[in-house]
Amino acid sequence: MLTLRCPVCGIDADETELSPGGEAHLTRFGPDASDDDFHDYLFTRENPRGVHFERWRHSYGCGKWFHAARCTVTLEVFGTYSAQTTEPPAGIRAVIAEKRPGWSWRGLS
Amino acid sequence: MSTRLPTLGRLIDRSAPVKFRFNDRHMQGLQGDTLASALLANDQMLVGRSFKYHRPRGIVAYGAEEPNALVNLGHGARLEPNQRATTTELFAGLRATSQNHWPSLEFDIGAINARLSRFLPAGFYYKMFIHPRPLWKHVYEPFIRQSAGLGRAPRRADADRYEHFYHHTDVLVVGGGLAGLQAALTAAQSGARVLVIEQTAHWGGRAPVDVTADPDRSHVNGKPVDTFVEQTLAALRAMDNVTLRTRLMGAGVYDHGYVLGYERLGDHIPDADGPRHRLWRIRARRIITATGAIERPLSFAGNDLPGVMLASAMRDYAVNHAVAAGRRVVVATNNDDAYRTAIVLHDAGIEVVRIVDARPAGGLLTDDARARGIRVETDRAIVRVKGGRRVSKVQIGSQSGTGGALDEVACDAVAMSGGWSPVVHLWSHCGGKLLWDAAGAFFRPDPERPPLGADGAGFVLPAGAANGETDMASVLRDAHAAGCAAAQAVAGTAPDTAAPEAASTPEAPLDPVWLMPRNARADLRAKTWLDFQNDVKVSDVQLAAQEGYESVEHTKRYTTLGMATDQGKLSNINGLAILSDALGQPIPATGTTTFRPPYTPVSMGAIAGEARGPVFQPLRRTPMHGWHAENGAHWEPVGHWRRPYAYPRAGESVHGAVMREVTNTRANLGLLDASTLGKIVVKGPDAGRFLDMLYTNMMSTLKPGRCRYGLMCNENGFLMDDGVVARIDENTFLCHTTTGGADHIHAHMEEWLQTEWWDWKVHVANVTEQYAQIAVVGPKARQVLEKLGGMDVSADKLPFMAWADGTIGGFDCRVFRISFSGELSYEIAVPAGRGMAFWQALVDAGADFGAMPYGTEALHIMRAEKGFIMIGDETDGTVIPQDLGLDWAISRKKADYLGKRAQQRRHMVDPDRWKLVGLETIDGSVLPDGAYAVGSGRNANRQAVTEGRVTSTYHSPTLGRGIAMGLVRGGPDRMGEVLTFPGTDGKIYKARIVDPVFFDKNGDKQNV
Ligand SMILES: [Zn+2]
Repeated sequence: MLTLRCPVCGIDADETELSPGGEAHLTRFGPDASDDDFHDYLFTRENPRGVHFERWRHSYGCGKWFHAARCTVTLEVFGTYSAQTTEPPAGIRAVIAEKRPGWSWRGLS
Repeated sequence: MSTRLPTLGRLIDRSAPVKFRFNDRHMQGLQGDTLASALLANDQMLVGRSFKYHRPRGIVAYGAEEPNALVNLGHGARLEPNQRATTTELFAGLRATSQNHWPSLEFDIGAINARLSRFLPAGFYYKMFIHPRPLWKHVYEPFIRQSAGLGRAPRRADADRYEHFYHHTDVLVVGGGLAGLQAALTAAQSGARVLVIEQTAHWGGRAPVDVTADPDRSHVNGKPVDTFVEQTLAALRAMDNVTLRTRLMGAGVYDHGYVLGYERLGDHIPDADGPRHRLWRIRARRIITATGAIERPLSFAGNDLPGVMLASAMRDYAVNHAVAAGRRVVVATNNDDAYRTAIVLHDAGIEVVRIVDARPAGGLLTDDARARGIRVETDRAIVRVKGGRRVSKVQIGSQSGTGGALDEVACDAVAMSGGWSPVVHLWSHCGGKLLWDAAGAFFRPDPERPPLGADGAGFVLPAGAANGETDMASVLRDAHAAGCAAAQAVAGTAPDTAAPEAASTPEAPLDPVWLMPRNARADLRAKTWLDFQNDVKVSDVQLAAQEGYESVEHTKRYTTLGMATDQGKLSNINGLAILSDALGQPIPATGTTTFRPPYTPVSMGAIAGEARGPVFQPLRRTPMHGWHAENGAHWEPVGHWRRPYAYPRAGESVHGAVMREVTNTRANLGLLDASTLGKIVVKGPDAGRFLDMLYTNMMSTLKPGRCRYGLMCNENGFLMDDGVVARIDENTFLCHTTTGGADHIHAHMEEWLQTEWWDWKVHVANVTEQYAQIAVVGPKARQVLEKLGGMDVSADKLPFMAWADGTIGGFDCRVFRISFSGELSYEIAVPAGRGMAFWQALVDAGADFGAMPYGTEALHIMRAEKGFIMIGDETDGTVIPQDLGLDWAISRKKADYLGKRAQQRRHMVDPDRWKLVGLETIDGSVLPDGAYAVGSGRNANRQAVTEGRVTSTYHSPTLGRGIAMGLVRGGPDRMGEVLTFPGTDGKIYKARIVDPVFFDKNGDKQNV
């Protein structure tokens, strides 16, 4: 059972306090989107073996959404951060780059 | 026979006899006994029957690894099956019965299976019960059910109480033996918070027992081991940062240092107050597993007979409980440790007739034994143990032979030792990997591949025998090192102390012995047990390998090796050694099966904890709940709420009540408790813009004072909720949701606000429980409100789809002129605390107008008569608003809303989608709910083609006939067509497609 620190209220929350929300940093496609773009937005998800960015909600705590960067293989948590962002912040990326040399994601590293 | 010895017995109190019953035999044990030791003291070696062959089974082990001595414990509401006698502490009045036999333990019909054993080989069930198929249901399945399962399931509700307990600690130490205590002390010296848990009632583990064989050469820091245990315990008890708990088993290790512990508080004192078991939910930053090791049986023919016991167990019973497993004992071993058993028994006056040592030259303790006059034979094997319900003699031959007997000795007990296996379960639960240790012939934790925590570092630290250490000095050094490592990790500093100095009897290495004798003949291998509880023999594993099973996981399931309640604690290594040999590969190439929690079984009560009965799921009650109960409500669960389904009167059926409630509401006046409807306030400068995205309709154009019915879809386009939105002021909306939707629609709003449109200035609040809401419905609704007096509720002042604040009958309220029934209707919200008084005022004032409360079923019928959809009936997560003819509620002006793009996808605009229609049976009967309309022909899977289904169906008292709604392919274009619905009752129902609005199509009744 994972523990993630909610960046909003600062609590180390047990997984039972949290609700998973799937992949983070999706771009919403709306009425003008092509069929392919909209299909990918709805259904296509990354399923990495390693570093992953996820949405979580502190459902049985402060109720706020946040993002977590963690390793799907070792369950190592590189950090949690605000949900109000479109990409992982530099601090999180630096932690990942240090622990997983050579890592990159959507042109970021 | 097994008896109580005049000497030894460090855990018993000879002055405190304890009476108990086993299979209705009255017996007496001593304070400090386990049920197992007390049974042995009463010469009760036979304790059960094996699962498959119903072979007689005796006590084989001393602790949690026991596979045989499983009993039904207690009776009535405290009956619990499959309790291990070895871990059951004796108490006065204990009642136990043996399992898996009929009619009696001594005489068992099922034992005939043993005669058939050559017809019941590995994989028997898979091979036998496949064909012919028709026999499965009436022959095979009943047979398997009859023979499945051990013990008796309790028939009554559990009389005991259980609870969960949460604990956070820096370091958790599992195991209170020498290693655990030392590791805890070292870790605690750094100031870290340390929790030490021990599954038995005693501290110190097995070291105090082992040194009994040779006290002169054994000491820690120059003192006896017992003294060291006492001093370490005293030091730990004196530290504020240390918590010590016995009878608390480390059941499982999970991600990020989460551990489940199982504390047995009341099992040994059944009449005590408080919970019986407690499930500890522990979060630890580092976990030290000082879980010791388990001795392995030896594989020789007849090793399952009662009287054959692990050598260490025989020593434990003697030293701890002064119980000798036999009067004439043969010891069989491949290592030095079993000599300790021979020496202890010999010194206590038991005749040790042979030590059969498989090693060519014996070991370092061989001379000690011989000096006592014990006959030791090396390079020897037990060829076969003979006996019926108990060992009677042993044949001895050459270990390198095939089973020729050189000698035969009479005895009544056999002590066996095949070496020791570290308890690596907790290390492995969360992904810790293992190394094969060739010298010790066991798997031990691989320090390079520990389970990893949130910080990316290993969080489990094995210590002592659990880490593959065997002699006392290295166990203590290893434990000290584990304590230092844990301290360093959690406190950033390790204590500046040294490991205790210890000395114990030196030992010679063991010889791996996986079969005795090494080349045993087939008839012997077919009598050589690996798994005692599940009756898996050496020959079964060899057969599996011969039939092509190479994976240890597959072999386990095929043979059931290690699948019994002991989960292979004794059989695991021996079984995979046999498999490896049969496959011609080294043991590490075969690997182990997966270790899964719990380490030993945990009671169902402990898992449930307090969550049973009314506490299992808290009930939500409206302010008028009590009134409904007093007035005969027939309840319907809706989410966590209970809503009145109807209010049947004396002598009235529920259906009759529903019919009366509908009729009365349409003719006079009905009152509905609508408090459970979701109420969400959406507020802020961007509230209108936000709701335009959430609803398919345009909400931003709604005028303050007005209401609008709205639909909410998800991004897939599917309808997820509906309700009336009221605009309170320029910046404020009140959104009504369905009863079941309040929480998840609120969450849905929060999600979009927090994760997509976080710069929009909007707040949402779920105020569902802040208000009681009452629907006042029917032709006389206005009259009753006017009678109570207050605000103007006339059609001019408060037209349909308007709302207003005011007072009625002196109650501050907000009145919504909305209708879900097609009647003149006011939904009136008052503060929750005023709800009951307002309800009572309406009931009292309504008496003159024929007011009656109505329930959810009358509500459903009235909405169906009007063709209004119900989320969850007409929708199921695959239905879009366009399917339901709700295009009028979808704004075409808006550039975007959630679901808009999805509703343009090809499948969503398919003209063949099933669409909402009304259905009228030809004969006026009620269509079965969920029935499918069948068309002509067959689909690609050769099934009848379906072309629609019933979504809502009722008897309408208003129309005096059955009415229904349904989704039908091309439905709205097929008005007047008759569809065929086969019912599950065998009848064929015919129904005509009609307009879904059955009643008052022009809305004359509501617009008055
Ligand atoms: Zn939080």
